[in-house]
Amino acid sequence: MRHGKYPFIVGFLFLPIVLYVGLVLWPYAQTFGYSLTDWSGASQDMNFVGLANYTRLLDDEVFAGALWHNLLLLILLPVITILIALFFAFMLNVGGKGGTGGVQGVKGAGFYKVVFFFPQVLSIAILAVLWGAVYRTDESGLANGILIKLGLATAHDPVAFLSDPDMVLWCVLAVLVWSGVGFYLVLFSAAMQGIPKDIYEAALLDGAKRGQTFFKITLPLLWETVQTAWVYLAIVAMDAFALVASITPGAYFGGGPDHHSELISTYLMRSFLRNGEAGYACAMGVVIFFFTLILTVVSLWATKRDKIEY
Amino acid sequence: MSTLDTTASVPGQRTAGSKPKPHRGQRFGDGGGVLNVFSHGFLAIWAIMIVLPLGWVVLGSFKTDSQINGSAWSWPSSFHFDAFSRAWSKGIGGFFLNTIIVLLGSVTLTMLFGSMAAYVLARYEFKGNRFIYYLFVAGSMFPVYLALVPLFFMVRNLGEISPYLGLNSYAGLILVYVAYSLPFTVFFMYSFFRTLPSAVHEAAMLDGCSHTRTFFQIMVPMAKPGLISVGIFNVLGQWNQYILPVTLMQPTQAGEADHSMLAQGLVNLALQSGYKSDAPALFAGMTIAMLPVLVVYLSFQRQVQAGLTSATLK
Repeated sequence: MRHGKYPFIVGFLFLPIVLYVGLVLWPYAQTFGYSLTDWSGASQDMNFVGLANYTRLLDDEVFAGALWHNLLLLILLPVITILIALFFAFMLNVGGKGGTGGVQGVKGAGFYKVVFFFPQVLSIAILAVLWGAVYRTDESGLANGILIKLGLATAHDPVAFLSDPDMVLWCVLAVLVWSGVGFYLVLFSAAMQGIPKDIYEAALLDGAKRGQTFFKITLPLLWETVQTAWVYLAIVAMDAFALVASITPGAYFGGGPDHHSELISTYLMRSFLRNGEAGYACAMGVVIFFFTLILTVVSLWATKRDKIEY
Repeated sequence: MSTLDTTASVPGQRTAGSKPKPHRGQRFGDGGGVLNVFSHGFLAIWAIMIVLPLGWVVLGSFKTDSQINGSAWSWPSSFHFDAFSRAWSKGIGGFFLNTIIVLLGSVTLTMLFGSMAAYVLARYEFKGNRFIYYLFVAGSMFPVYLALVPLFFMVRNLGEISPYLGLNSYAGLILVYVAYSLPFTVFFMYSFFRTLPSAVHEAAMLDGCSHTRTFFQIMVPMAKPGLISVGIFNVLGQWNQYILPVTLMQPTQAGEADHSMLAQGLVNLALQSGYKSDAPALFAGMTIAMLPVLVVYLSFQRQVQAGLTSATLK
């Protein structure tokens, strides 16, 4: 049984590791190296400039703005999405009127789950084009059309949405929440079904209210899933490139108006592909690397709870 | 998942709130009535918020240009498919085909390489096992765009080795997709292979089955549920990929074939002049890009939902 074990192990691991190291890890590592150069990206010429790119980043107001926008998304997107998804999941699984059948979801739960999940199967780029049309700044956009119908705006004075510097980031956040809720709803539902119904029934027999069962039973038992969701949403918030690059105004990867929806990903891509500042773009990448690393560690530590066995 | 759909028809559910009678249900229903109206309202509003924009886009592909630029509430005057054929001829068809070609290759290879590596890491003890495993896990933590700049040049250099692997080539993109899907696939399949009973594996080995054959003929069929889950996850993830094709699939010189992926091509057409004068064709293009996925999703929604969530929960 032992013979031929090592050739087999090597044979099975060789190609995956070559691909992974060559196309993922090595580029990550190179990002660190290039960030210390003034490389333009167009030619092979580059000079070692030490930490010059990093000191330049410190004074770069566009970068500071982008970092701030990413941070806002990083906090708001997970909180809002998880709260809405948890609420819906609770409704769909245990929010229904109890009968002799015991604890159950509301009517039509299966239907809602299928519909809410729609945005998740559509490419974010398709959603971007779609929302670009919805957010049109005249009465031809669906959002303005609805506001006009409700009397909250007029055809002569429509809401500017993406062209409004104060609104653009919120519009982006709304799309991200809109598309994300369905997935986390299904995720939380799956976890909730793992919780034995007897626990709820026992609690209800003891006189617990619906709200109490949510905070005292569901949430503690789902904590690990919520944590997972948090990490995934944080990754989405750090990226959000496709959406911002294609729906916000601004030549080359959006970010407008006047950098009000600029994210690090859009700024990085513009510096690299348009401005010919590959070295500078890599420095941004490195900052993000540490930013992500620290945030992951902090959030995992801050949300740490003892695992509850059930 | 399956328990949910049956719950709606449980008898006695309606009586619990309305008819007070000495019945267990009365206590369970406490507070449920108000909450139910409230929650149904929210659920219905959210459902409308999802369906309305999608339906609006589909309707838009039947409208005329002036209707689309007029009120959002206009109804198409006639239902014909001109805009669809215009959208198709502007390249949507080609983008669709490109995406299918790349996904066929990349998903197959991701699953093959991912499960091979995961199997060895989960089932064989050797020096460096832990190190390799954590190497893979670490890769899933960071956004892709951190590696974009060097990756671009890496792929360009690959193109100098063989023109089939360089920028704007299917094979190049396939390899990149595979590489970036590996961490999660390995991570997931690793935990799946760990849960499979080792007795079958040992029996096969005692009967003289080789390591390779044990893997392909015994372990892979046993891991089918896990493979389906992570397979769906990869199909959706790679279908949704945008930043990688935008970086790697630009024609490097004039006259080169456009190998854009569907999502990328659609955004390009929306941003550039492609549809400036032809809004219905843009809406039709979106419909073409949306409908196949929605149809596939609706036919397999149970598997997709179960697959995606178990993939994330592991």
